[in-house]
Amino acid sequence: MNTALSWIKAYVPDLECTDQEYMDAMTLSGTKVEGYTRLDKNLEKIVVGQIEKIEKHPDADKLIVCQVNIGEEVIQIVTGAPNVKEGDKVPVVLDGGKVAGGHDGGPLPEDGIVIKAGKLRGVPSNGMMCSIEELGSSRDMYPEAPEMGIYIFEDDVPVGADAVELLGLRDTVFEYEVTSNRVDCYSVIGIAREAAATFRKPFVLPEVTVKGNSEKVEDYISVEVLDRELCPRYCARVCKNIKIGPSPKWMQRRLAASGIRPINNLVDITNYVMEEYGQPMHAYDLNTIAGHKIIVRRAKDGDVFQTLDGQDRALDSEVLMICDAEKEVGIAGIMGGENSKITDDVTTVLFEAATFNGANIRKSAKRVGLRTDASGKFEKGLDPHNAEAAINRACQLIEEFGCGEVVSGMVDVRGELKEEVVLSFEPDSYNKLLGTQVSKEEMLAIFKMIEVEYIEASNSLKVPTFRQDILRQCDIAEEVARFYGYDKIPTTLPTGEATTGKLPFKLRIEQKARDIAEYCGFSQGMCYSFESPKVFDKLLLDADDPARKAITIANPLGEDFSIMRTVSLNGMLTSLATNYNRRNKEVRLYELGNIYLPKALPLTELPEERMQFTLGMYGDCDFFTMKGVLEEFFDCIGMRKKAIYDPNAGRNYLHPGRQANIFYEGTLVGYLGEVHPEVCDNYDMKTRAYVAVLDMPAVLPFATFDRKYEGIAKYPAVLRDISMVVPKEIMAGKIEAVIAQRGGKILEDYQLFDIYEGDQIKEGYKSVAYSITFRAKDRTLEEADVTAAMKKILNGLEGMGIELRS
Amino acid sequence: MKEKLEQIKAEALRQIESSDALEKLNEVRVNYLGKKGELTAVLKGMKDVAPEDRPKVGQLVNETREEIERVLEESVKKMEKAVREAKMKKEVIDVTLPAKKNNVGHRHPNTIALEEVERIFIGMGYEVVEGPDVEKDYYNFEALNIPADHPAKDEQDTFYITGDILLRTQTSSTQVHEMEKGKLPIRMIAPGRVFRSDEVDATHSPSFHQIEGLVIDKNITFADLKGTLEEFARELFGEETRVKFRPHHFPFTEPSAEMDVTCFKCGGKGCRFCKGEGWIEILGCGMVHPHVLEMSGIDPEKYTGFAFGVGLERIALLKYEIDDMRLLYENDIRFLKQF
Repeated sequence: MNTALSWIKAYVPDLECTDQEYMDAMTLSGTKVEGYTRLDKNLEKIVVGQIEKIEKHPDADKLIVCQVNIGEEVIQIVTGAPNVKEGDKVPVVLDGGKVAGGHDGGPLPEDGIVIKAGKLRGVPSNGMMCSIEELGSSRDMYPEAPEMGIYIFEDDVPVGADAVELLGLRDTVFEYEVTSNRVDCYSVIGIAREAAATFRKPFVLPEVTVKGNSEKVEDYISVEVLDRELCPRYCARVCKNIKIGPSPKWMQRRLAASGIRPINNLVDITNYVMEEYGQPMHAYDLNTIAGHKIIVRRAKDGDVFQTLDGQDRALDSEVLMICDAEKEVGIAGIMGGENSKITDDVTTVLFEAATFNGANIRKSAKRVGLRTDASGKFEKGLDPHNAEAAINRACQLIEEFGCGEVVSGMVDVRGELKEEVVLSFEPDSYNKLLGTQVSKEEMLAIFKMIEVEYIEASNSLKVPTFRQDILRQCDIAEEVARFYGYDKIPTTLPTGEATTGKLPFKLRIEQKARDIAEYCGFSQGMCYSFESPKVFDKLLLDADDPARKAITIANPLGEDFSIMRTVSLNGMLTSLATNYNRRNKEVRLYELGNIYLPKALPLTELPEERMQFTLGMYGDCDFFTMKGVLEEFFDCIGMRKKAIYDPNAGRNYLHPGRQANIFYEGTLVGYLGEVHPEVCDNYDMKTRAYVAVLDMPAVLPFATFDRKYEGIAKYPAVLRDISMVVPKEIMAGKIEAVIAQRGGKILEDYQLFDIYEGDQIKEGYKSVAYSITFRAKDRTLEEADVTAAMKKILNGLEGMGIELRS
Repeated sequence: MKEKLEQIKAEALRQIESSDALEKLNEVRVNYLGKKGELTAVLKGMKDVAPEDRPKVGQLVNETREEIERVLEESVKKMEKAVREAKMKKEVIDVTLPAKKNNVGHRHPNTIALEEVERIFIGMGYEVVEGPDVEKDYYNFEALNIPADHPAKDEQDTFYITGDILLRTQTSSTQVHEMEKGKLPIRMIAPGRVFRSDEVDATHSPSFHQIEGLVIDKNITFADLKGTLEEFARELFGEETRVKFRPHHFPFTEPSAEMDVTCFKCGGKGCRFCKGEGWIEILGCGMVHPHVLEMSGIDPEKYTGFAFGVGLERIALLKYEIDDMRLLYENDIRFLKQF
């Protein structure tokens, strides 16, 4: 909300402060000022001048030479403006002065434009006459300004006077961010009340009196509200003999500063009252109201209505309508109809000031696709008490401006209006909540300023109805805090029972995952939780793959963000591809993020969120690099048993011969592999890439930070190497299983040290060599111990069709 | 006899003096001190010495031996040192050649910021907890004093899955889960992912992270809230940091506030970074609304508390001067490596 400070000062006449002080103080008391603009910024040495004489420029057809009286002297100014004539009074910027902008009304330069005396086509010119654009404003705000050319004052302004002041530009416009609970502050009066309380100055409300004529409003209009729920109050007044014309300059300036374009007296009055009181009003041409009767009711499903912007709007029974005896004349709280709008020929006007159900207006505005200034206010739920004051204010202004005759009386249809909230006065509880020691007197002084009435007899507080945000004691405590000053509240630390700071086990394991990934050269990425359903095809998932059962977002930002991911790979592959296409060599990324698995679709309960530790890389690496990272991680989180790698993982997105499911103690904990070349193609990656995914909820039960020291071996180890020729299809894992199983208690370790296929090995076989370590904890091994163990191992291997070479 | 010993000694010392290698020194040792060395020979000739002179001569021999040994030892040490130095002279390397790095990976700036925040609050006795990303309407809104027709619930801000299930728009939902557990006092922070229906651009993302904080105990005051968050800001942004609390409105706290910190680039003087204001808005906070406590089964007459919510990306962007939020989700290695 934007408002000129001069308008605020109209209600807080004693307010004196700099713009910055105002901004800071208001913000600290809860009315946040986003910023302010001085309207006279870069306007320097600008006075009213009167053109005494105009002559043609000797050397230029489009220029004229003017003698301009600026009070103390007459100066010569050359101009190209087409609209000036002798006798006109115009704003003149003198030599060395400044204007805010160019005559084209483009963006204003930060430091303005300095005007210096000089020659135009050889003729001296000692200043410049200004257009409204050069003064930093526009015709929207100053509708009386000419379309092209110099601004011309009315005849009665004094020559030599401050032109900026006369234009109402010695002012500052403040932009407020009003919080949604403070409906009352969406008005100049509301903010002025806050300003008065903040600076502890008297607050002076405008005095509203309407004379009215000798007629009765009931003879002009009747009102029937069929849905009291949606329309708690409807006030109507009538003004006749309307004379449409411009509103007074002061009103135009105030509206302009608020960003509202002045139009004519009638429109300006309704807009002015809306700004001043925060109560939107509507004016109907009474002659278009059939039966001189207003009926407030819901629309019918399928109705179409043309709003006064000429658009057809589809309605339904949730939308509240203002109707006359025959037809609909406006969408309640949103916009009036084309069929009842005010034209310049209007003679009798019906003013409406009503309050509507905020939630309904918000929904209706969305339904009909039209959000207006009025609906924006109504949807916050306005105070019905305010409607009467506002409509009377509008009628008062009609009378003051002499642009109509107000018919006496007001039609007021309403049910029980909300009563003032009364709360007991509990100063100790406010201090206890705030941690302060504000005196009772100080509190009462604060309440007085914000019009919360203290009733001594019952020691209670009566909250005015416009303060819809004050319902409980904590709300009162906030008022005390705001005006006592948040900055004066002491700073302490909580006392009481000590608690232990904790990072839960799951998060500690995730921290380890990050550490290990980073030690291994992987950097952490972050991916979105939602993605496109096309991802499943990119990953070559089967049509019936359970991963395709994903949660769909009802109102996504677009298809690309429409489902909750059920696999984490797409994010990783997309990130790898981004890097690849930006020619980053050697990329290693990891991500810790959830996947979302529905228990049933459509969702009836919350899905399972499973944390995935996803790794991806390309460059100087292979399958076993990735495997190494996983094993480092397992080792680090206490998973010291041997993980089983099952090549029959059946994952379409991975290379069929280079993938494995990972089992730990019989549980599937994840998978790894080389990305299928077709998937790489789908992601525009022309390189081999490797990925691994660990399902953290599956890993977690095996993870532990417990360690037990096992002693360092005191007795010597015995090493035995075996070399064998193995049928190609037998995997190393099988051989190792035999060694592990048959090596007995004295088996300490085994390491693959050579694997070879080729020339000297017969077709279909490979050569494999292991080094096996034996050791006993309690003695030096005898040759016989080792021989027995080796024999068992070798027997086992031979049983698998393996030939021993030595 | 004496003359002979003197002569042996003089000759031995001369030979030591003229030795230019360790081997030669060793020869001297063998020739004079060894089993067949000259001094040993002298000792062997003791039998020819008169018995009364023997102790004297013995002493003389020993003295000579010690002297030779001493000089020999000195020379060996000197020579070893010379040899070592000569060797090292040949081993000079160019220390400005490139390092052999392990190419350790880097944490995401969000995570660095998160771990900082976690560290600070764990130190103050807070427990880190988590809540679900996909959440019931009740926990995200209703239990936080945002009833059915509240504007904050507007569909354009919230991603819905069904009428009742949504993507949480704030980590404040975790407050409710924690309060419902019924274990008091509570001191927790809850980091997590939140979702809002904002198009992706330099300052918006439909998915970002928040850290929620909640303290509930007897006698918790607004002053405690101020003190705690001031402490937090100083830890996070530096000892010099000052804070400012401005009144604000959140449905689930009352009184509510926003906290600004002095700009950590200019220290509050005003610069381009803080748009000349000297202050930067950092978080929202307030005293837990008694109705929120009631809904979660906590008696507001006995217990009070405060809550706060920090935008993680906001802190990361500010701390590291990242000018485009999209960088956080592109995962370009050249970006990630800078943290």
